[in-house]
Amino acid sequence: MAMSLDEKPLTEPAIAPPAARVPVVPPTVTTPVPAGPAKSALERPEVVFDIRQLNVFYGANRAISNVTLQIYARSVTAVIGPSGCGKSTFLRTLNRMHELTPGAHHTGAILLLGESLYGAGVDATIVRRRVGMVFQKSNPFPTMSIAENVLVGLRLNGVRDKALLRQRLEESLRMAALWDEVKDHLGRPGISLSGGQQQRLCIARALAVRPEIVLMDEPCSSLDPLATAKIEELIQQIKRDYTVVIVTHNMQQAARVSDRTAFFYMGELVEYDETRTIFMSPSNPQTEAYVSGRFG
Amino acid sequence: MSPRYDQYRRFRNAFMSGLFVLCAVLVVSPLALILFHLLREGIGALNWSFFTQLPKPVGEAGGGMANAIVGTVILLGLACLVGVPLGLLGGVYLSEYGSERWNVWIRFGADILNGVPSIVWGMTAYALVVVPFKTFSAYSGGLALGFIMIPLVLRTTEEVLVLVPGAYREAALALGIPHWKIILHIVLRTARKGIITGVLLAMGRIAGETAPLLFTAFGNRFWSHHLSEPIAALPLQIFTYAISPYDDWHRQAWAGALVLIFLVFCLSTGVRLLSADRKKNRAN
Repeated sequence: MAMSLDEKPLTEPAIAPPAARVPVVPPTVTTPVPAGPAKSALERPEVVFDIRQLNVFYGANRAISNVTLQIYARSVTAVIGPSGCGKSTFLRTLNRMHELTPGAHHTGAILLLGESLYGAGVDATIVRRRVGMVFQKSNPFPTMSIAENVLVGLRLNGVRDKALLRQRLEESLRMAALWDEVKDHLGRPGISLSGGQQQRLCIARALAVRPEIVLMDEPCSSLDPLATAKIEELIQQIKRDYTVVIVTHNMQQAARVSDRTAFFYMGELVEYDETRTIFMSPSNPQTEAYVSGRFG
Repeated sequence: MSPRYDQYRRFRNAFMSGLFVLCAVLVVSPLALILFHLLREGIGALNWSFFTQLPKPVGEAGGGMANAIVGTVILLGLACLVGVPLGLLGGVYLSEYGSERWNVWIRFGADILNGVPSIVWGMTAYALVVVPFKTFSAYSGGLALGFIMIPLVLRTTEEVLVLVPGAYREAALALGIPHWKIILHIVLRTARKGIITGVLLAMGRIAGETAPLLFTAFGNRFWSHHLSEPIAALPLQIFTYAISPYDDWHRQAWAGALVLIFLVFCLSTGVRLLSADRKKNRAN
């Protein structure tokens, strides 16, 4: 079952430029769906993450209780909720980053394209190569130039092909809407850029390894409105090729960028639906109270 | 408030300030006196041949300490071969891998080692290298100095690695980069200047050590052609010359001390430059 989570060379066409990657399921995947997956994909959106009965604990504290939801391919899923509701924890279980917190453990299942993320023999490093992440605070590596920052994930995973690296550099920076601003000084330190540019550089860095999913943990919370608008625009661009899960404090942002929204409260998934429904006619009174600004 | 009390207050303030200034002057003045004295006594014997020639026999004027200067550099290099890898890897272990339960003990051990008198390290190297091979050697001297470096490098490495923000490690982990590559290419690279600073400081500390070399490197009045032979070192040469009865040797000892101080001064200036640079980078 763990086949598609096996290490795959980063130079293979399976993770070639996204345009060429029409089947999002890499060829190595043995699809568990028995018959006609292509047909059913037309009827209902393809499930990337299938989360069942997820509970996450920090020591004895339960941060996430009984969350069951599905995240669909090539769409933006927003996770909203008041501080401490478990949204970041939830996001970090999707690429196994929560494991780095001492004392963290979980029950339940998370399936990535049908396979358990936490199955025996699944390497967290490989999971993270497939599920990229952008953090709240931009964190370009201070010793590296703009170009080195973008390419570090490829280089340190053994990609040596110069032509490929050059091509990825430009593609990734273009996708992150940063190419025109930095193309003439790619050798400058990454930290010489402005805050908003640094965050787009971090997005380019995450995209350069061609993950299948991009997780964003409040990517705009330390940016001004103009820089925020640029990032939101680029999220709209990349969702054509990528599955994006974004945690945000800003409900307007969730309404603007996402296709589906999950509302978390006290570690529980209160409501999960199309963004329009969540904001216009939520079925749960708590959701309504939150999105209309009455608490949180 | 009476003018009388006000006057008393002013006096007390001036008195205490004066006391602090006096203490500061007392602390700095030995350094100034030493430097002044060294310059006065040593500069006369410093000339080109001091840096290029071997020591002359007693009674013959001139000669230099070229072999001792080179010997000190070689011994420092050998010490780094021992102290830097062990200290660096130990520091990486403490900061990146170790559990707090064991780290407490490792740090405690390193701090104890830091307090071990340097002559004990000389005896250790004597027992480990000189006795089995039945000869004094550069290797044993380098080993003795390297022992002293290990805890110094270990602690400074750990300190600068802990300062590398966790956000960089997280960012690299999220790219699916293996842990060891993150440490090598991201964490160590970010902390590079701090680590070099720590190594230079440790070198400065051992450059002037005499006791550990007395019965390891032993000293040599000629060029040593092999690292398994006794080798000259500046502190040893200064020691030998200073306790001799000859005026000419005394002058040479002063000059040697001046050169040694200058060497240490260069190391600590390097440290200053590097750490100033580091502060500037952080401000960006």
